[in-house]
Amino acid sequence: MLDSNKDSLKLEAMKRIVAMIARGKNASDLFPAVVKNVACKNIEVKKLVYVYLVRYAEEQQDLALLSISTFQRGLKDPNQLIRASALRVLSSIRVTIIVPIMMLAIKEAASDMSPYVRKTAAHAIPKLYSLDPEQKDQLIEVIEKLLADKTTLVAGSVVMAFEEVCPERIDLIHKNYRKLCNLLIDVEEWGQVVIINMLTRYARTQFLNPNVNESLLEESGEKAFYGSDDEEGKEEKAEAAALAKRKPYVMDPDHRLLLRNTKPLLQSRNAAVVMAVAQLYFHLAPKAEVGVIAKALVRLMRSHSEVQYVVLQNVATMTIKRRGMFEPYLKSFYIRSTDPTQIKILKLEVLTNLANETNISTILREFQTYIKSMDKDFVAATIQAIGRCATNIGEVRDTCLNGLVQLLSNRDELVVAESVVVIKKLLQMQPEQHSDIIKHMAKLTDNIQVPMARASILWLIGEYCEHVPKIAPDVLRKMAKTFTNEEDIVKLQIINLAAKLYLTNSKQTKLLTQYVLNLAKYDQNYDIRDRARFIRQLIVPTDKSGALSKYAKKLFLALKPAPVLESPFKDRDHFQLGSLSHLLNAKAGGYQELPDWPETAPDPSVRNVEVKDSVPEWTKCSSREKRKEKKVEKPFYSDSEEESGPTESADSESDSASGSGSGSESEESGSGSESEESREESESEQEDKEDEEDKRKKKKKTDRGKVKAPAVETTSGKIEESSGAEEKNRAQKVKGRRSGSESESEEEEESESESSRSESESESESESDTDAKKKKKAPVTKPPPKQAKKESKKEKKEMSLLDLDDFEPTPSPQVTPVNNFLSSSLVTDLEGLSLTDTVMAPTTIAPSGSVKTYELLHRITGEGLGVEYCFSRQPFSPDAHMVAVQIMFTNNTNAETKNLHVEDPKLQSGMRIKEFPEIELLPPGEMVTVVMGIDFCDSTQAANFQLCTHIRKFFVSIQPPVGELMMPVFMTENEFKKEQGEKKKLNPSYSIV
Amino acid sequence: MIHSLFLINSSSDIFLEKHWKSVISRSVCDYFFEVQEKAGEAENVPPVIHAGHHYLINIYREKIFFVSVIQSEVPPLFVIEFLHHVAETFQDYFGECSESAIKDNVVIVYELLEEMLDNGFPLATESNILKELIKPPNILRSVVNSITGSCNVGETLPTGQLSTIPWRRAGVKYTNNEAYFDVVEEIDAILDKTGSVVFAEIQGVIDACVNLTGMPDLTLSFMNPRLLDDVSFHPCVRFKRWESERVLSFIPPDGNFRLLSYHVSAQNLVAIPIYVKQNISFFETGSSGRLDITVGPKQTMGKTVEAVFVTINMPKVVLSANLTATQGNYTYNPVTKTLVWDIGKLSQQKLPNLKGSLTLQCGAPKPEESPSLNIDLKIQQLAISGLKVNRLDMYGEKYKPFKGVKYVSKAGKFQCMAITIWLYIFTNKENSHLKC
Repeated sequence: MLDSNKDSLKLEAMKRIVAMIARGKNASDLFPAVVKNVACKNIEVKKLVYVYLVRYAEEQQDLALLSISTFQRGLKDPNQLIRASALRVLSSIRVTIIVPIMMLAIKEAASDMSPYVRKTAAHAIPKLYSLDPEQKDQLIEVIEKLLADKTTLVAGSVVMAFEEVCPERIDLIHKNYRKLCNLLIDVEEWGQVVIINMLTRYARTQFLNPNVNESLLEESGEKAFYGSDDEEGKEEKAEAAALAKRKPYVMDPDHRLLLRNTKPLLQSRNAAVVMAVAQLYFHLAPKAEVGVIAKALVRLMRSHSEVQYVVLQNVATMTIKRRGMFEPYLKSFYIRSTDPTQIKILKLEVLTNLANETNISTILREFQTYIKSMDKDFVAATIQAIGRCATNIGEVRDTCLNGLVQLLSNRDELVVAESVVVIKKLLQMQPEQHSDIIKHMAKLTDNIQVPMARASILWLIGEYCEHVPKIAPDVLRKMAKTFTNEEDIVKLQIINLAAKLYLTNSKQTKLLTQYVLNLAKYDQNYDIRDRARFIRQLIVPTDKSGALSKYAKKLFLALKPAPVLESPFKDRDHFQLGSLSHLLNAKAGGYQELPDWPETAPDPSVRNVEVKDSVPEWTKCSSREKRKEKKVEKPFYSDSEEESGPTESADSESDSASGSGSGSESEESGSGSESEESREESESEQEDKEDEEDKRKKKKKTDRGKVKAPAVETTSGKIEESSGAEEKNRAQKVKGRRSGSESESEEEEESESESSRSESESESESESDTDAKKKKKAPVTKPPPKQAKKESKKEKKEMSLLDLDDFEPTPSPQVTPVNNFLSSSLVTDLEGLSLTDTVMAPTTIAPSGSVKTYELLHRITGEGLGVEYCFSRQPFSPDAHMVAVQIMFTNNTNAETKNLHVEDPKLQSGMRIKEFPEIELLPPGEMVTVVMGIDFCDSTQAANFQLCTHIRKFFVSIQPPVGELMMPVFMTENEFKKEQGEKKKLNPSYSIV
Repeated sequence: MIHSLFLINSSSDIFLEKHWKSVISRSVCDYFFEVQEKAGEAENVPPVIHAGHHYLINIYREKIFFVSVIQSEVPPLFVIEFLHHVAETFQDYFGECSESAIKDNVVIVYELLEEMLDNGFPLATESNILKELIKPPNILRSVVNSITGSCNVGETLPTGQLSTIPWRRAGVKYTNNEAYFDVVEEIDAILDKTGSVVFAEIQGVIDACVNLTGMPDLTLSFMNPRLLDDVSFHPCVRFKRWESERVLSFIPPDGNFRLLSYHVSAQNLVAIPIYVKQNISFFETGSSGRLDITVGPKQTMGKTVEAVFVTINMPKVVLSANLTATQGNYTYNPVTKTLVWDIGKLSQQKLPNLKGSLTLQCGAPKPEESPSLNIDLKIQQLAISGLKVNRLDMYGEKYKPFKGVKYVSKAGKFQCMAITIWLYIFTNKENSHLKC
C-alpha cells in the first residue's frame, strides 16, 4: 500500500502503522518503505511518516539518513512553519552522524526571522545536547543568543533549554533578568513554570536574604516549639553575630521587580504556575509578604486529587517554617470522608503542624471524629497525630493522654495498638504521674494481640517497674507462659522485662527470669538467642562474671530520653519546594540545589542593560558584555591571572584587560574577562575571520611605516614577569580587540583546542576563495554604512571601558588613547580608508607581548647576547600580510653591543621579511625590544636570517608555530557576527566530508 | 522533561504508548503495577512513584491511568497539569476520554500527542491551535474523507502560535455571532451531626461559549465584584484591568473555555439551601438498625430545590433496608451497600421523610461509624453567592452579537461530622440577555 500512487492508500497504510506503534508493536521492518514517503505531498501522510521516523530512526540509522535531505530542503523553505517543522523532526531523529547538520540547522534557526522558528531552535537544543554532550559549548552560545530574544514565544523554550544544558551558567541570565521578569506574564504557562523556577535560583545567588533581621526572632520561637534542634541553634548564633553587623535591609529593586511581576501569576489557572510562584515567594519573599501565597495554594486544594497530593506535600513543609501563614485557612484542611487515604494523611499532617495553643481544642475535636472513620490507616495516622500534638503542646498533654487511654477500650484492635504505641511515647515524658495508666495497660496484655503494642506495653512495664512493683512480676509470669508463641519483637521485650525485673526485684523474679532465658536460649531466632546469652552473662552473677555486671543496673535502667515526635516533613525544606526531589525527599537526577543566600549582594549593575535606541547594531554588543560575565564561573582563569597593574600605566591599551587580577569576586567588572570571553567564543572562527579581513584590509591600507619601539620597550619588561596564563589572557584580549595577530592555540588546554586547530588549518586553504569574494564586495558596500558601523564599534569600546571604571584606578587617561585609536581609525577609514602610520603605530603596537616567548639565540651561544622572540599577535602595521614578531635583545656581557641588525635572510619563495631598524647600541645588562614583520606566506617554514652585531653574525631561524599566523582585521560588530555565522556553517561540513 | 506516556486501563493493560525521546521499555510500568496493587484502590495510587532510574508521574482520569515517565528533576505539578490537559483535550476531541474512544481514534491521539509535546516540553496545548492543526473527528468528515481521500490534518498551518494571543485562532467567521456565559457555583460545607454549619464556602466558575467573528475584545463587568475573593483566570484575561477596575477584559478564545474560577470566602455568610436531620442507629442486640432522615428547604430565596438525591453508603454489615418514604422512592443495592433516595422537588409544606429499619448480618459486631450521606440537588435561577453579571461590552468588531449571559451554577461539597453530605446546587437563570 505504501508503494501505491494514491495518497488515500498511503494514508490508510500509515494509519495502520501508527496504530501498531501506539500499541507498542514493532514496526521497524517497514522502515525502508516508509522512509520513501517522507517527501509525500499529502500533509497527513507526511506527518505520520514523521511520527514513524522519529520513533525508529534510532534503530535504523543508515536508512534514516535517506530522509535528511528532505529536511534540509525544508529548512530553507520560505514558510516559517515548514522550516520549524523540518527543524523539529530533524532534531528529533536521534542519529549521531547528523550532529553537525543539526548544529548547523540550530544555529541558522536561532537567527531566523520568525520567532516560531527560533522557539523550535530552542527546543532542539536539549535534543542535540542529549545526543552529543560535546556540543555543549556551541549550544551555550546559541542559548545565549536566544536568551537575548525579546519575544515571549521564545523565552519559555530557551530557558528550558538553558536549564537542561547549562543550568550552572547563571551568569548568562544577568543581562536578560529584567527582560524575563517583564515578559513573564505574557509567556505561555509552561514556560512560566520553567522561568520562575530558574529565577528563584538566580535570585538566591544575587540578592540578600530579606528575612535576615527577622530570622533571629523567628528562629528562637521555632526553637522553643520544636525542642532542641542544633542546626537551628547554630544558625541562630551565626545570625545573631551577623545581625550585629547587619545594616537595615534594603531590598534590591530587581528583587522587588521579580516579586511584583510574579504575584499576578498566583491567579493562573495552571496549578503548576501557582505552585512555582508559591515556592518563589516562599524562598525569596520577606516574611511579611509570603502570606499571599496561602490563599492561592488553598485554592489548588480544590483541584484534582493528584494536584492536591503535591500541593499538600508542599504545604506541609511550609507549615513547619511558617505556621502563621496557613492558620486562617485551617478549616480548608479539614478532612472529608471522600478524600483518598493519602490525601487524608497529608491533611492530617498539615493540621498537626498548624496546631497551637489557641486552635488545639478545635483540632482535637476534629481528630475525635476522624478516629471513628472506617479507614484504618487513617485512624492510625490520626492517633499518631494526636500524639504529636500532645508532645508539642504541653497544655493539652493530659487531655490527649486521657483521650488515648479511652481509646484503649476501643473495640478495634488496630486502634488500641496504635494508641498503646503513642501512649508509650507520651508516658516516657512524665512517667511518674501516670502509674495508673501503666497498670491499665498491663491489664491489656491479656487481650491485645498486635505484637508492636504488646512489645510497647512490656517495655513500659519494664522501664517503669518501680512504679508498678506488684504488677510487673505478674505480667512477666504470664508472658513466660506464652513466651514460645509470641512474635520475635515481643520475645525480645520479654527478655528485657525479665532482665530489668531481675535487677530491681530479684527475689520474686529470679526463677522466672532464668526460665525465660532458658526458653530464649533454644529459640529459633538467633537474635533472641544472642540477646538471652548476653543478658545472662550480664546479670546473673557467676564466678567468671566480668566487670560489666556491676554496671548492669546502670545499663538497663538508665534514664532514657523521651522520643521527639517530629513531622516527617521537618527537613524537607532544603529542597526547592515544588520540585520532584522535594516530593520524594531524595535528590532526583538533574536537581539543581537551591543556593544559600549570599552574605553580600553581588553587584547589581550586571543586570543593567545598555540603552539601545540610537544604533540598532548595538543589540549585538551586549553579547560581548555577557561574554565578559562568563568569567565568573571560571575560577581557573581568574586565579591564574596576576596583577599586572604597572603595565597599564605605561601601556595605553592594556586597560581593558590587564587589570585583571582579582576579577573573580567582582564578576560584573571583571576586567580580565575579555580574554576569556573571546576564548569562550569558539576561537577558531574568530581567528579565521580576522585572517580574511586582514587580507582585505591590506588592500585598502597603505604601508604603515615603522614600529614604535619605545612603547614596546616599557611593556615588555613587565610582560616577562607575568605568568603563562596571564599571557594567554592578554593574547586573547588582544584578539578580542580585533587587532591581534593570529595565534595557534598550542597553549590552550581547552577542549576546543582540537577542533579549533583543525579549523584554523583548514581555514588557510579555504581562505583564498572567500577572500576573493570579500574583495569584490568590500569596496562597494563600504562607504555609506561604514560610518554608522564604525560609530557603533567605537561606542561599544567606550562602553566596555566604562564598565571597567569602577575597577580601574585611573580610568580616564586610559580611555582616551583608545578613543584616539578608534576615532582615528574611524576618521582615516572615512578618508578613503588609508591610515598613516603616525596615527596608528603608537596604539596598535604598544600592547604587544605577554604571549609565549621562544628563544632565538641563547646567551651562551650568542656570546652574552640573548635573544628571545614572541608572536605579539598585533597587526604589523607596515604590511598587513606580515606577522609581527617581537624580538627582545638582552645584553648579558659587560661590553656594549652595537649595530644590531638583520642580514642575509634565506627565505622560502614568497616569504618576506621586514627588518627591524638597526639597534645602534645595547649597553651591558640592558634590554631592548623591537618588532619585525615576517610574511610566512601561510606556510610553517622557518625564516632563516643572520643576526649581526658589530663583532659577529649568528645564524638564526624563526619558525612560526601553527596558529601564530594571524593578521589584523578591522571589522564592525555586524560584520563580525555575519562572518561568524558563515564560519559556523562551514565548519561542521568539514567534519562530515 | 516528559519522556514517555503510557495509557493503562483498569485491567492493567497498556493500550497506548508514546515516546518523545528514546524508547523506554514498557517494563517500566511494572513498578507502577506493583504500587497499584499495594494501594488497592485506584485513587490511592500515589501520583509520583520512584521507579529505578525513572520516576513515574500518573493521574487517574475516567478509569484510565495516564502514566508518564520522567528521567530528571521536573516540577511534578507541571507534569500532572499537563496530563490533565491531555485528558481534557481528548475529552474535547472525542466527547469522552474513555479507552474505547482513544482506541478508535488512535491516529488522532498520536497526532495530538505529537503536537502537544516536543522533546517532552509542551509545545501547542491551546485547544484553538490544536483544532486548527488537527481537526476533530465527526461523522460527516469521516464519510467525506473516505470518499475523497482528504485528511483531517489542517491544510493551513496554524497562525495562532505565531501571534501574541496564542489562544485565539485567526480568521474566525460565524453567521450567528453569539456569546454565552455560564455562571456555575458550588457550595462546600461541613455540617455537624446536629445539622449546624461547621464550614461553608462557595466555589464558582464562569464557563464561556463564544462564537464571534474576527477579533472581538470583550469586557464583562459584575454588579458585585467584591464577592469574588480569590480568582484564577484564563490567560486571556487582562489582569491589570481586574486589579484596577474589577472588570474582566479579554480577547476570548474561540469556542468553549473556562473564563475564570472564583471563590467566595467563608467570611461572607454562605446560605445553606437545605437542612438535613438524620438519625441512623444500630441496636446493640438483635442485629438491626433504625434510620430516620428528614430533608427540608432553608434559605432558598424563593426558589425551589429540585432533583434532590440522598445517597448513603451503608456499613458492610447492613444486609437490607425496609423503609418508607413520604416522598419519592428509594433503592438499596446490597452489593455496593448504597442506599439512594430520590426525592425530587422539595416543597415547603411537606417535608420529605425516610424512615424504617435496617437488617444487619447476624452475629456481626455493630458498626461503629454512622454511614456517610451524600446529597445531590439543584436550584434553578439562583446564584447562591448572589453574584450577578452587570454587562458585557464588545469592542473591536462592528457587528452586534447576541450576548446571552447564562447563569449555570453547579456542584458543591458538604460534610457533616461523621456524615458527609454532598450538595449539588444547580442554579439556572435562563438567558438573561444583556443589552449594551
